[in-house]
Amino acid sequence: MELDEITPLLWQATGETAVMVGWATLFTVLLGLPLGVALVALDKDGLRPMPALKGAIGVVVNVGRSLPFLVLMIALIPFTRVVVGSSIGTEAMVVPLTVGAVPFFARLVETALREVGRDVVQAAQAMGTGKLAIIRKVLLPEAFPGLVAGLTVTVVALIGYSAMAGVIGGGGLGDLAKRYGYERFETGVMVAVVIVLIIVVQLIQSLGDHVARRLSHK
Amino acid sequence: MIEASGLRKLYGQTVALDGVDLAVRQGEIFGVLGQSGAGKSTLLRCVNLLERPDSGTVTVAGRELTKLGERELNQARQRIGMVHQHFALLASRTVAGNVAFPLEVMGVGRRERDQRVAELLELVGLGGRGKDHPRQLSGGQKQRVGIARALAGRPEVLLSDEATSALDPGTTESILGLLKSLNRELGLTILLITHEMNVVKSICDSVAIMENGRIRESGGIGELIRTPGSRLTREIFPLPEPAAGHITLTFTGHPEEPVISEVVRKFDVDVNILGGAIEELAAGSVGRLRVDLAGGERDNALTYLRERGLLVEVAG
Ligand SMILES: Nc1ncnc2c1ncn2[C@@H]1O[C@H](COP(=O)(O)OP(=O)(O)OP(=O)(O)O)[C@@H](O)[C@H]1O
Ligand SMILES: [Mg+2]
Repeated sequence: MELDEITPLLWQATGETAVMVGWATLFTVLLGLPLGVALVALDKDGLRPMPALKGAIGVVVNVGRSLPFLVLMIALIPFTRVVVGSSIGTEAMVVPLTVGAVPFFARLVETALREVGRDVVQAAQAMGTGKLAIIRKVLLPEAFPGLVAGLTVTVVALIGYSAMAGVIGGGGLGDLAKRYGYERFETGVMVAVVIVLIIVVQLIQSLGDHVARRLSHK
Repeated sequence: MIEASGLRKLYGQTVALDGVDLAVRQGEIFGVLGQSGAGKSTLLRCVNLLERPDSGTVTVAGRELTKLGERELNQARQRIGMVHQHFALLASRTVAGNVAFPLEVMGVGRRERDQRVAELLELVGLGGRGKDHPRQLSGGQKQRVGIARALAGRPEVLLSDEATSALDPGTTESILGLLKSLNRELGLTILLITHEMNVVKSICDSVAIMENGRIRESGGIGELIRTPGSRLTREIFPLPEPAAGHITLTFTGHPEEPVISEVVRKFDVDVNILGGAIEELAAGSVGRLRVDLAGGERDNALTYLRERGLLVEVAG
């Protein structure tokens, strides 16, 4: 295939990947951030100790983390069908991508929040700060550079997952690589996909690092 | 101003506080001294209930904190400032943002907040540094921010856990000077923890010495110095253990007359001076002298010294 044939294919596939990863990232943050906060706040020496609940959340998160994405995706097909009405296509893939990334991101949020010094939290408590205000005004802002770094890693992981999702029928770059590179031995397409992926991941990582560094006042 | 009674706190098997009573009067600077692990920090953290004592009560400015619910406790805490050893500033905020933090928590409006922050930074000598980030400041400047933040809620009481022990001697002195002037000018009651004798000497009116979760002695410095066998006096004047018969004299203020030569003349004794020093304390100047008295009317000489207001301790 010539380059001018490959280019539109690449654009379309990259767009599909961006849509899948974009939505999945949004839902992952919306679900994973509170979960990560809960893992820290409910800890036995956290803001609101509820070790049993924390333990339960931890188990769920670990189960999510221990399933390979491919297995998770297949196992979730019935669930995806209920939520989206279909189990294939770009939209449908957002469901397994989100479910796969939430536990991953939640753990990264937990780690970032634990980096916030105990002394700062206690200083806030000594000033009469309520629990929610401590989360909002101390934990999250202080951990922000770490959260951005965690988000970067998560987006990169999601791009990886999305390629796998593509193989099952989700479209995007993985799907393109499978159809042309694997089934038709179009080495040109394969190489192009690899190059696009490398560039995209590099860009995201650099952007993430840059933002994290700008925000860090350590 | 601060009253604690019967405080007990266990950490597993460790007894951190073993029945502590504490009374800090309005307007004084009260120092808590003690070895590492004596329970000083635990005591301080019990005063604003960062740590809940297992038993005992804490009353600050007439409110019994140990009885309050979470919301009321948070309100009470807004009137109790706290300064931390490692400053505990928010790296994500500017200097001004750090000082504004407690005001935000208290719900003070934007304009009043900005004005108050500017005043506070001026007060601690950091006017114009509001836009900087804490990492751009020296240790002493960070602690000044910590103090400004602690004062934001116009507290009646300031708690300080080793506020100067991360600082060099010169900076320590300037921070102590600041604390002292806040005490004098705002009538702020200060409860501070330290392991530096120097801090006690230069600013404290009263002290408590802790050991193994208990207060071994406490009271006004002048009063403790006049108490025989006082540990505080021994800490201030590190003289070697006296041999039997050696005499230790402690006197406050500068004696008008040369008491020692008088004793030699009047009672025909030989005086051998073994050691001693004079210290200028916030509570006045205090001297301590280790001597050996021999011959003549030794007992009468000692009685005379006692009558002249010196504390006379004879090693047995
Ligand atoms: N959170 C905690 N968990 C377990 N043990 C603790 C805790 N805090 C303090 N302790 C123990 O309680 C005792 C008193 O500790 P505390 O921190 O009050 O001592 P301190 O006098 O402040 O010592 P330092 O001068 O080293 O700061 C120590 O034996 C310490 O190990
Ligand atoms: Mg301590």
